[in-house]
Amino acid sequence: MATAPSTIHVEVLRQSTPDAAARTERFAIPYRPNMNITSLLGEIALNPVDVSGKATTPITYDSNCLEEICGSCAMLINGRARMACSTLVDALLKENPDQPIRLAPLSKFPVVRDLAVDRSVLFENLKAVKAWVPIDGTYDLGPGPRQFPQTQEARYPLSNCISCTICMEVCPQFNTATNFVGAATIAQARLFNMDPAGSVLKEDRLRALAGDGGIQECGFAQNCVEACPKQLPLAEAISATGREVLLQQLKDLFVR
Amino acid sequence: MSASPRIIVIGGGLAGLSAVIKIAEAGGTVDLFSIVPVKRSHSVCAQGGINAAKDLKGEGDTVYKHFDDTVYGGDFLADQAPVRDMTARAPAIIDLLDRMGVPFNRTHEGLLDFRRFGGTLYQRTAFAGATTGQQLLYALDEQVRRHESAGHVKKYEGWEFLSAVLDSNGVCRGICALDLRSMQTRTFPADAVIVCTGGIGAIFGKSTNSVVCTGSAQSALYQQGAVYANGEFIQVHPTCIPGDDKLRLMSESARGEGGRVWVPRDKNDKRIAKSIPEADRFYFLEEWYPKYGNLVPRDIATRAIHRVVYELGLGIDGQPMVYLDLTHIDRETLNRKLEGILEIYEKFVGDDPRDVPMKIFPGMHYTMGGLWVDFNQHTNIPGVFAAGEADFSIHGANRLGANSLLSCINGGFIAGPQALAYAKSLPAAPGDGGHAAEIQRQNEKNAALLANPGTENPFKLWRELGDTMTKHATIIRYNAGLAEADAKIVELLARYRNVNLSDKSQWANTSFAFARQLENMLHLARVIVQGARLRDESRGAHYKPDFPDRNDPQFLKTTMARYDATVIAPAFSYAEVDTTLIPPRPRKYDATA
Repeated sequence: MATAPSTIHVEVLRQSTPDAAARTERFAIPYRPNMNITSLLGEIALNPVDVSGKATTPITYDSNCLEEICGSCAMLINGRARMACSTLVDALLKENPDQPIRLAPLSKFPVVRDLAVDRSVLFENLKAVKAWVPIDGTYDLGPGPRQFPQTQEARYPLSNCISCTICMEVCPQFNTATNFVGAATIAQARLFNMDPAGSVLKEDRLRALAGDGGIQECGFAQNCVEACPKQLPLAEAISATGREVLLQQLKDLFVR
Repeated sequence: MSASPRIIVIGGGLAGLSAVIKIAEAGGTVDLFSIVPVKRSHSVCAQGGINAAKDLKGEGDTVYKHFDDTVYGGDFLADQAPVRDMTARAPAIIDLLDRMGVPFNRTHEGLLDFRRFGGTLYQRTAFAGATTGQQLLYALDEQVRRHESAGHVKKYEGWEFLSAVLDSNGVCRGICALDLRSMQTRTFPADAVIVCTGGIGAIFGKSTNSVVCTGSAQSALYQQGAVYANGEFIQVHPTCIPGDDKLRLMSESARGEGGRVWVPRDKNDKRIAKSIPEADRFYFLEEWYPKYGNLVPRDIATRAIHRVVYELGLGIDGQPMVYLDLTHIDRETLNRKLEGILEIYEKFVGDDPRDVPMKIFPGMHYTMGGLWVDFNQHTNIPGVFAAGEADFSIHGANRLGANSLLSCINGGFIAGPQALAYAKSLPAAPGDGGHAAEIQRQNEKNAALLANPGTENPFKLWRELGDTMTKHATIIRYNAGLAEADAKIVELLARYRNVNLSDKSQWANTSFAFARQLENMLHLARVIVQGARLRDESRGAHYKPDFPDRNDPQFLKTTMARYDATVIAPAFSYAEVDTTLIPPRPRKYDATA
């Protein structure tokens, strides 16, 4: 095994406001074993000085749980969209021993500052597909419908979506030309269509996915499945939902 | 009275979202403030499950046994009536979550599956894989999104609470908050405020908590006159993955599904774990606590691991680590019931815990203490309510696993309607309700911080705070160490006045927001160490080797800390605990009968 380096070189693409020009800052950070990208960013905050010794500011980025479950810290790391907390420095150094670690904000969302971007579009999309069970009320109405373990086992993986938006970042169709909603939203529509009570809104959800920017925009590049940090079965969710959207459109054509 | 009361909820974890849903359902409107998008709140990290005595395993479990386990597990420091009520409501709360679409694990017959957790002998914990908190948070988030779409809820995500707005009578009339993008500070009017801002892990530097769990909001309210209760009761979770940046939780459900904790009997045993025969393994929890085994409550397990490592010198390879072993359980079962947490271990450590025993050590996890509330979740500041980890109720001196998700939802469900009822009968505010004075106070604080010409880096001060708190105020406490920690915090408060922000910009300035949190962390840290210093007994998670026994005559009391602005320090008094339902008895998990 190669000896560990004493210094980690990091390049960060920074931008002080949404309208400001982007610039690259370079940092040299003392190596410790078992660091992740968020701990590198923490080191910069402790000593905000660039590689030339010039004082700078701590880097703005989103993070919260640091264990890849809150979905906050998605960014481009060496050009690939991934979670900063679960991306380990030792693994990156192994892949590219002589290269600096390059950090940049996700490219498909408006930059707020530095590595922080505005991903609220996903939460708006979830409203559009009514990603909820329309319960009658929170008072005691007894247990929900019985569900066989098979139903739970099919729904649970879709319910693990952490809203990181990496599936949208890597999708060639997710852009302003198509207005495509992206894989995460389709997967959530699928999740609630599979719920015995949630399926009461199934037709609404399918119609919402039939319009502008809907499921027909998917080009089956399957980048989403590759990149999803939680390994959601996105391709299956999109295929199954796509068939149902078509059937719904046919049905609406004859009934309406 | 207000025709249409305005309620503000601060924090969008399980407690906050539960309160929002109840208010929206009753026809009220809510402004919901959260530092992060609410779907990214710390509740998402909870893993193992949620307790309710539904007795679907035919074991004869009852609500009373859940009540008794919780009070006994908390070493009798919890007021009992709220615990009784929470455990009675628990089965209906599980049913509600089930109806909301939470993908709970199921039995073959299609019913909810349950597993065992620490501090009980019954299978009482409903679960969704090992990501139960995530699934519950999402279910409530979805319901709130539904109410948001209908216009009952307005979200202020990316805003941080700075203080309550109090009128000339000390009644809450709104909040002052900071927009974390524009860095603008403004006040918002409200007839009642519900504080659901969660834990305080950041005060200990590294913990299992999320970045936002600083206790800043609770501390700000404490400095405005709210009583902070039982602050010295800090839960250190026995099984965490030590990390460079945080301590990642390894859920109690690993032991609930049969995980065993052990070390080699011989400290010089260098063999790889799997090759060490049974006879050479020391399953210390099973030997010391034959009845509960690996599922003793967390304070007990944590002290046992500490003893094995530091008194017996049996940590793996001389390091502060012990094995948590799942390798005897088949992979299919592990994947079905624990996959989420096994993936975390695999991703951050690199070993597959299905093949290799995990190496774990205790880490700061939860505060039993918090804002004092009455049985209606009302703090001593009129109009300020609190729920969830941010309040002190339910868990006493030690929280049982899988009771936190329950207490968050239960607390929110009480606080929401109570706040609404309070707001409906609130008389109009005198003058402007204190808004102008509060915004001026906060703007002055902000300007002073930005312009401060000092030399101290707030992140460095924070690291020193975390080190001293972890060393002196976690598993084992000595009065000399606690006094040393308090002196250190006083030093840090002095150095804080000399803080210099390297970032003076007015857009998404995270160092500025952090520096404001840090000051509040320092004040709350004093409440913790001084409360611990004064409590000369051992009870639940609070353990002093110099005072190893529980002392009911002197200390079966709630610690009440009030901020004394004249000396910039907490002042302590003690309140009676409601023990009317279950008479206190010795807490002995090592008994065999």
